[in-house]
Amino acid sequence: MQPLEMSAVDLVAALRQGDITAVQCTTVFLDRIEATNGTINAFLTVDREGSLVRAADIDARRKAGKPLGALAGLPVALKDVLCTNDMPTTCASKMLKGFRPPYDADVVARLRQADAVFVGKTNMDEFAMGGSNENSAFGPVRNPWDLSRAPGGSSGGSAACVAADMAPVAIGSDTGGSIRQPAGLCGITGLKPTYGRVSRRGLVAFASSLDQIGPMARSAADCALIMETIAGHDPGDSTSLSVDVPRYTDLLDKPLSGVRIGRVPEHYAEGLDPEVAKGVEEAFAVLKAAGATVHDVQLPHAKYGIPTYYLIAPCEASSNLARYDGAHYGHRAEPGGHAKKAGGFESPLVEMYCRSRAEGFGPEVKRRIMLGTYALSAGYYDAYYAKALRVRRLIRQDYLDAFQSVDLVGGPVSATPAFKLGEKTDDPLAMYLVDLYTVGTNLAGVGGISFPCGFTKSGLPIGFQLQAPPLAEPLLLQAADRFQRLTDWHRRRPKAAGEVKA
Amino acid sequence: MSTAAPYTTIIGLEVHVQLMTRTKLFCGCSTKFGGAPNTQVCPTCLGLPGSLPVMNRQAFDLALRAALALDCTIAPFTKWDRKNYFYPDLPKGYQISQFDLPFSSDGTLEVVDPKGAFEPRRVGIIRVHLEEDAGKSMHDEAAGTGDTRIDLNRAGTPLCEIVTQPDLRSPQESRAWLNELKLLLVYLGVSDCNMQEGSLRVDANVNLHIPQADGRVAKTPIVEIKNMNSFRSVERALVYEAARQWEEWQATKAEMGKTPKQTRGWDDPAGITRAQRHKEESSDYRYFPEPDLVPVTVTAEQIASIRGEMREPPVSLRKSLASKWTISAYDADVLVNQGRELVDYFEDLATRVGEGKVASNWMQQDVLRILNDTNSTVTAFPIRPAGLADLIGRVVKGDFDTSRGREIFAEMVTSGRPVDEVVASMGISAVSDDDVLALCRELLAANPKIVADVKSGKEQAAAGLIGQAKKKNPNVNPGKVRATCIDLIRAME
Repeated sequence: MQPLEMSAVDLVAALRQGDITAVQCTTVFLDRIEATNGTINAFLTVDREGSLVRAADIDARRKAGKPLGALAGLPVALKDVLCTNDMPTTCASKMLKGFRPPYDADVVARLRQADAVFVGKTNMDEFAMGGSNENSAFGPVRNPWDLSRAPGGSSGGSAACVAADMAPVAIGSDTGGSIRQPAGLCGITGLKPTYGRVSRRGLVAFASSLDQIGPMARSAADCALIMETIAGHDPGDSTSLSVDVPRYTDLLDKPLSGVRIGRVPEHYAEGLDPEVAKGVEEAFAVLKAAGATVHDVQLPHAKYGIPTYYLIAPCEASSNLARYDGAHYGHRAEPGGHAKKAGGFESPLVEMYCRSRAEGFGPEVKRRIMLGTYALSAGYYDAYYAKALRVRRLIRQDYLDAFQSVDLVGGPVSATPAFKLGEKTDDPLAMYLVDLYTVGTNLAGVGGISFPCGFTKSGLPIGFQLQAPPLAEPLLLQAADRFQRLTDWHRRRPKAAGEVKA
Repeated sequence: MSTAAPYTTIIGLEVHVQLMTRTKLFCGCSTKFGGAPNTQVCPTCLGLPGSLPVMNRQAFDLALRAALALDCTIAPFTKWDRKNYFYPDLPKGYQISQFDLPFSSDGTLEVVDPKGAFEPRRVGIIRVHLEEDAGKSMHDEAAGTGDTRIDLNRAGTPLCEIVTQPDLRSPQESRAWLNELKLLLVYLGVSDCNMQEGSLRVDANVNLHIPQADGRVAKTPIVEIKNMNSFRSVERALVYEAARQWEEWQATKAEMGKTPKQTRGWDDPAGITRAQRHKEESSDYRYFPEPDLVPVTVTAEQIASIRGEMREPPVSLRKSLASKWTISAYDADVLVNQGRELVDYFEDLATRVGEGKVASNWMQQDVLRILNDTNSTVTAFPIRPAGLADLIGRVVKGDFDTSRGREIFAEMVTSGRPVDEVVASMGISAVSDDDVLALCRELLAANPKIVADVKSGKEQAAAGLIGQAKKKNPNVNPGKVRATCIDLIRAME
């Protein structure tokens, strides 16, 4: 089998056994990136030189019989929201164009320690705000299954690069669905872990109480492999959980007998694409055949998920993004001499702030900063932010109540398959609704996984989502892995990407 | 103090003190003062993308110590909040502070003037909370370029904010209260309270209550005074501001509530307060809970353990010192107000001398005089307690009289040498009782007139013998000579 088609688990084994060298493996993926990135635009930075140096070093150490990390030689793509001390970290924003952090994110450090090879940084919606990857300052990513369509977002580059065989695994971040939704629209597997399971240190913050880093790969087994490296307590992140990390890969390949899966009737309301609905129902049937039982459960406050999310996330973002003011790093507007004139700015400093931010941020980021600033303002705080926090607690309670009677909650990831580029860009509210089925997981702080469960007649992937109680990642991975042993949706490769290759 | 003033001055203080931690509040960077700009920084205190805060428990415990010493109620559960505003020395665009759930509240600190310049004043503490400091902006106006340079070494240093009730009634009282607060915090090792290095900063809120003919009390608008860099400045600024408000009241009759709270800056060289420009968005800091930190819980055990480590605060030390060493309340006050090191020195000295009152007198009349004259501290004082106790012991024994003792003391301070060496170098030798006796017999034999006068009841005539004794042997103790002579004359009868 060619490296491009191999799973991460198989690649690591082949590297370990010497069937392939790290340099060979890295080169294959770099070549693939070179051939396809012009079309897909999944990568913002490709580190050919650096990754080959690291690969050669791993090969040399392997040859010398020195100890190697668990992922030795495995190419990994990093969403450009993760700080790397050897590559720029831009968050797909003009504000941070060319910005080089002086430190590695905890996740990056762990992957480096495990001897993964970073091939590059992936495209995304600016500061992880968006569901289509069209909010990137460096151009949208194209969906490998249909180049006229969006890959989803915000981890669109990470999803598309795995779908187009540009990397066997990618790291994404998920604040309201940003791993699961693009994974669903690109036909790959993406895990959003429990809040606190993976350290956020070095993840450029969008909404601190919702952000979580997770793996995106071709299968649940590959996600399990990556989780063993990236999960774990970090004393540098106060919200990181001090709980032992299970051997996720050892907990796979188990039957689902006795596992109770909840089905939420409200999910099938108006707006759900009939082909998606059909794919999701068929997925339930597969899980039943695997031994699980399916039960209807209620998430009574789920309908408030989107408004709650679109208060809490922008409020936190308005504060998190205040640091991008042109004073210390990032984009700074040139002095324009508009200060102190009639109708101008009150001081050169204020002019620098206003113009740096006006020039550096894209429209969606500005929209969310304004929403959050407004909602936190004196006189509005109680009506908006404080109320949203109360509803958030109710939503979390809904999940905890549901998990009294079921082990997992299943359903669609998105209401529709991948939509056309430009289709929703003029309608922010329609764009916000792409997170309908995913924001609840983040608001509740629990884990969720998305994996392909079928294709539409026109050949677009359909995603299925499972959500689990806090720290039940082993069960999420086990159920998704069992599903993938019984189906081959996750093995399908996009024709579009294949054509690009030719 | 203008007791005759037709108004009452109402003062409340907001004090920021830097805690004496080795590292910053949310990262491991050093808090040492005076480093080259931007050398004590890391991604967290620089506010770099992706950086996260982690609370320094030592800072929290120090703040708890301060709050306990101020008799505050400690909240069992406290959280952090973000105070959002833009300024170049605030690299994150928000300060991590505490808004609606400060870790402590509702305390008190009393100030008493030992000379009774004002009535003892019990000042309520509204709250004590913990927050991170901002960096320093240095405006390079002299260069004419208007450039501002930013030093972020201080960014993230732990600050304790102490907010009082408007319980103070005069500038003098306010200054005394600040001294008492500083003394307390320094005693407890909470802060060095060094105003020059910015580790203690004071803002004052002041207005006047003016009784009206109809029995109503008119209140002038509250003014917040900033930029005071010494307690003396605080006192002067308050004196100025009270007078300014009184004049303004007479001119405008403007009362509180009709105008927003004004901020005025103290111009120390000019000796006046000046109105500061209003901030454009009158302080909407958009506080919200800091999502990067977890709430802090404080247990009864933790409070007990911190109480157990606390040294005695000045207020009770004054009492215990007075009763333990049988010294006056005034003397105990003077000693305690000099700081913990001086009290330690005194207690060491008093233990060696065996008598508190004598040790206290030497401290007040001699040691403190030198320390004040040389603007020095007791830790740098050249005579250690053992050496001083040696000298005092010999004076008490009568080896030297007090004025001789003072000369020896002065020489010990200058030379840093022990009593014996100083005595030898000054040619002083102790005079034995036998020598005194022989000298007195000689004097009596040579002065029959004086002997007769004393015999007839004029004891004061013996003074004439002392001058002669001193001439013959400068080292003799005059008191001893006098007593010995009188004893000898009585024995003749």
